[in-house]
Amino acid sequence: MSNLLFLSIFVLIPLLMLLGLWIARTTNQVRGVMVVGSSALLLHSIYLTFEFLAEREAGNLAPMLFQDAWVWFPDLHINYAVGVDGISVVMLLLSSIIVFTGTFASWKLKPLTKEYFLWFTLLSMGVFGFFITVDMFAMFMFYEIALIPMYLLIGVWGSGKKEYAAMKLTLMLMGGSAFLMIGIFGIYFGAGGNTMNILDIAGHTGGAQAIPFAQQCIWFPMTFVGFGVLGALFPFHTWSPDGHASAPTAVSMLHAGVLMKLGGYGCFRIAMYLLPDAAQELGWIFLILTGISVVYGAFSACVQTDLKYINAYSSVSHCGLVLFAILMLNTTSCTGAVLQMLSHGLMTALFFALIGMIYGRTHTRDIRELSGLMRIMPFLAVCYVIAGLANLGLPGLSGFVAEMTIFVGSFQNADTFHRVLTIAACTSIVITAVYILRLVGKILYGTCTNEHHLKLTDATWDERLAVICLILAVAGLGLAPLWVSNLITDGVAPIVDHINSASHLLSNSNPF
Amino acid sequence: MDYSQFLNMREELSLLLVILLIFIVDLFVSGEKSRACCLEGCEAEAGGKSCTRMVWLTRVPIILMIAHTILGMCPGEISVGATWEYSFGKMYQHTEMMVFMKSILNIGAVLVMLMAYPNLYKAENRIKAGEFYSLTLFTLLGMYFMISAGHFLMFFIGLELASIPMAALIAFKKKDERSGEAGAKFILLALFSSALLLYGISLIYGQAGTLYFDEMAIYLHRPNFISILGLVLVITGLGFKISMVPFHLWTADTYEGAPTPVTAFLSVLSKGAAAFTLMVILVKIFSSGPFIEYWNVSMQVLIVLSITVANLFAIRQNNLKRFMAFSAISQAGYLVLGLLGGTAQGMESMVYYLAIYTFANLGAFAIINELELASGKVCISDYNGLYSTNPRMAFCMTICLFSLAGIPPFAGFFSKFFIFMAAFKAGYVWTVFIALVNTVISLYYYLLIVKAMYIKSNPSPIAKVYPSLPGVTAIILCVVATILFGVFSAPFNFLGFYGFGM
Repeated sequence: MSNLLFLSIFVLIPLLMLLGLWIARTTNQVRGVMVVGSSALLLHSIYLTFEFLAEREAGNLAPMLFQDAWVWFPDLHINYAVGVDGISVVMLLLSSIIVFTGTFASWKLKPLTKEYFLWFTLLSMGVFGFFITVDMFAMFMFYEIALIPMYLLIGVWGSGKKEYAAMKLTLMLMGGSAFLMIGIFGIYFGAGGNTMNILDIAGHTGGAQAIPFAQQCIWFPMTFVGFGVLGALFPFHTWSPDGHASAPTAVSMLHAGVLMKLGGYGCFRIAMYLLPDAAQELGWIFLILTGISVVYGAFSACVQTDLKYINAYSSVSHCGLVLFAILMLNTTSCTGAVLQMLSHGLMTALFFALIGMIYGRTHTRDIRELSGLMRIMPFLAVCYVIAGLANLGLPGLSGFVAEMTIFVGSFQNADTFHRVLTIAACTSIVITAVYILRLVGKILYGTCTNEHHLKLTDATWDERLAVICLILAVAGLGLAPLWVSNLITDGVAPIVDHINSASHLLSNSNPF
Repeated sequence: MDYSQFLNMREELSLLLVILLIFIVDLFVSGEKSRACCLEGCEAEAGGKSCTRMVWLTRVPIILMIAHTILGMCPGEISVGATWEYSFGKMYQHTEMMVFMKSILNIGAVLVMLMAYPNLYKAENRIKAGEFYSLTLFTLLGMYFMISAGHFLMFFIGLELASIPMAALIAFKKKDERSGEAGAKFILLALFSSALLLYGISLIYGQAGTLYFDEMAIYLHRPNFISILGLVLVITGLGFKISMVPFHLWTADTYEGAPTPVTAFLSVLSKGAAAFTLMVILVKIFSSGPFIEYWNVSMQVLIVLSITVANLFAIRQNNLKRFMAFSAISQAGYLVLGLLGGTAQGMESMVYYLAIYTFANLGAFAIINELELASGKVCISDYNGLYSTNPRMAFCMTICLFSLAGIPPFAGFFSKFFIFMAAFKAGYVWTVFIALVNTVISLYYYLLIVKAMYIKSNPSPIAKVYPSLPGVTAIILCVVATILFGVFSAPFNFLGFYGFGM
């Protein structure tokens, strides 16, 4: 099997699922297609992980494995080029877990089940395609494919002020992608206008066709902001709370779990990797912004009363930490960033799934109206506590591993500016503990004051399946982080080396 | 005289043959008796039969036109790069790209005719079918001449042939006041713009001493006040046809009043042919350095104005046809973006953009037309809850609108990306940036329709529509082309293979 086909299966399966859904007549058929398709994706991503590890064992040291390309628009040097490294492998694994569990989390969704899953599958096709391609045009295309279904998913199946939230989200993200498009053109023409392949452009650095420094300083902010909007970069994060709060459960899961990772991944893979001089020169601006994201998101979460808003702001804080860590520019912190993407993806998906299940029973997400749920729905409540503990970074769960790596890595930068920022960002751990513990105490413990809630039931089998899968992943990542972090370091190290070794004009990269 | 020159004009001759055949069919099918019975209702047995015979008047032209389109798409020989052929002492010029352009127009015309079929099938319209088709095709013939002109007079004849029958088509709904008003508005402004254009041509003639495109390029190498004024007036005259801001004032009213298939015809074919001709004129005649700078500046202003103003106006529209008018103005802005710099890649992208735009826009209009025929409703608020009653229509409409907004994986994304890329390459970074910001605005208003169809609830949505077979064919063709023409790169690569050598 050629490499092209091997990786393209990630796009072909969703495509077949779309066809299957189109043909499907009954709800059971729709569910059948979704379960078969998402399991196939999950299995394929696990298989890919082992194949990748086996290739590395065999001594293949190329930065990206399974590379292949199919000439698409030869006049414009656009190819459909695929390839994966450690980062994309774990991202594919994450995406397939979320898609799999998301399918079960929306098992009983009504109305228009078929249409819902159509857009859901289209979204996941975009996500998978983004992670397997290494051609800027193809990446950008898949990026936009992943964005637009959100509009209908939130607008039709959402709750609350869904129309406003859906429109705001779509326009802000599309605005970001307008910046991104300019950035991509800038990179393409700056690097000589003869390739769209990321690895080839990175190969130009330092050579005759390197992008001039002055140009990099224009394109870097454009590209970084373009992806940063999706990564909830302050002050472009405002779509996130509204969007998450209005979206249906599985869409929140997919969105916080995977889609927001596209932002961090894109910032790292395109903005910083291809524009290394500017990344070093201008990184401090974005470090400050992401630092604000981290702390501001955590503080905002403290004062929310809606369960989903709390989680959405917590996502802003944690995704801010991802961008914060990649800007710290050393292997440890960048490994931590990818670990954080993975960990945040899993635990936020878990959180949103649980919130959706609780909301489905109590029909309220206002924490003032909820209390004593531990006695009524013990399974969900215990899982909620686990998710909360993962979120605040309890050792043994995934959050700890990621945050520890990030802060250790960030502190390795010896200068005052980076250290002060690191310390500031560290405070977010404490604030997270405040809002999580307060929340858990408020809604789960104590006595139930609302008599309507007394008769509610605990989780059904499909809900349990989704939740248990996610908890296993969160705990697995927390207990045995080494094999994942080795895999990630393998992908991160060449990129970080490349950025750091780029010839930059000024030796001191920050003004402090 | 060498009669083999006519071989270069095979597209025009074939179209002329189609028109003549339609005349003949019209002559035989629509006798006095059948006309009368169609108008007064067919009660009598015999009369009913002759009215049924009139149906052929709506079918034959479509079949002929399809044959013509297919013939036009099979060029004699294909060679890499552009080869120019001239006829009649360079009055008429011909190159592969023009064949390609004419094929796009042909396909557009076929789609419009399919779309118009249910309108003309109605008994009261049936007697007018012959006129409708011959007027449409005469307009098309005019566009052919415009595209292939190598001389300003030839160009002007083509332009007039393309706009005067158009006015009759716009006023086609004889008993509808708005249709008449729209026709009057169109013809007055078309004549006004023609006058400006003629004035511009005469000024340029005064400077160059010739009207042949090739020779003008040689004589017009140093711009002076008069030749620049001529250039501006030529751009103005064609700007009316492309309906770019600030020459767009007729557009919304005309689009609203005209019968929907005619609106579709106006929004795609007239615009496309005029944009292509503008490109030929600018690139062939005003090709010396200083001139390029002059027209680049003015085109930049027109593009930015068209895109921005039209987008802002489109947001406020409720009538879908007016909405599509403003959308079409802004799309014209994107289309002409390919002209900036006069690069080969830009022109290629422009023709590609036009092809994709043809499918997406005609698809949207075909749906609007079917819904209008069935329910008489053309407002965005009437579309509320459309998905609950007409899911397939709503879905096809969504695809067409997404393609217009430039959302992947639909073809509109590819054409927008390529045209922006070409303009960026030519160095117009700021223009591209403004255009990109505008794509977000345009996404907003396209999503308003999607929102109406999917999200807004409505106690009495448009009832289930059973569209006619030709209408469905048109919609399906458009949607399939919109989905496939981007992801499968063959059309664009084919265009590149033909090459551009202006």
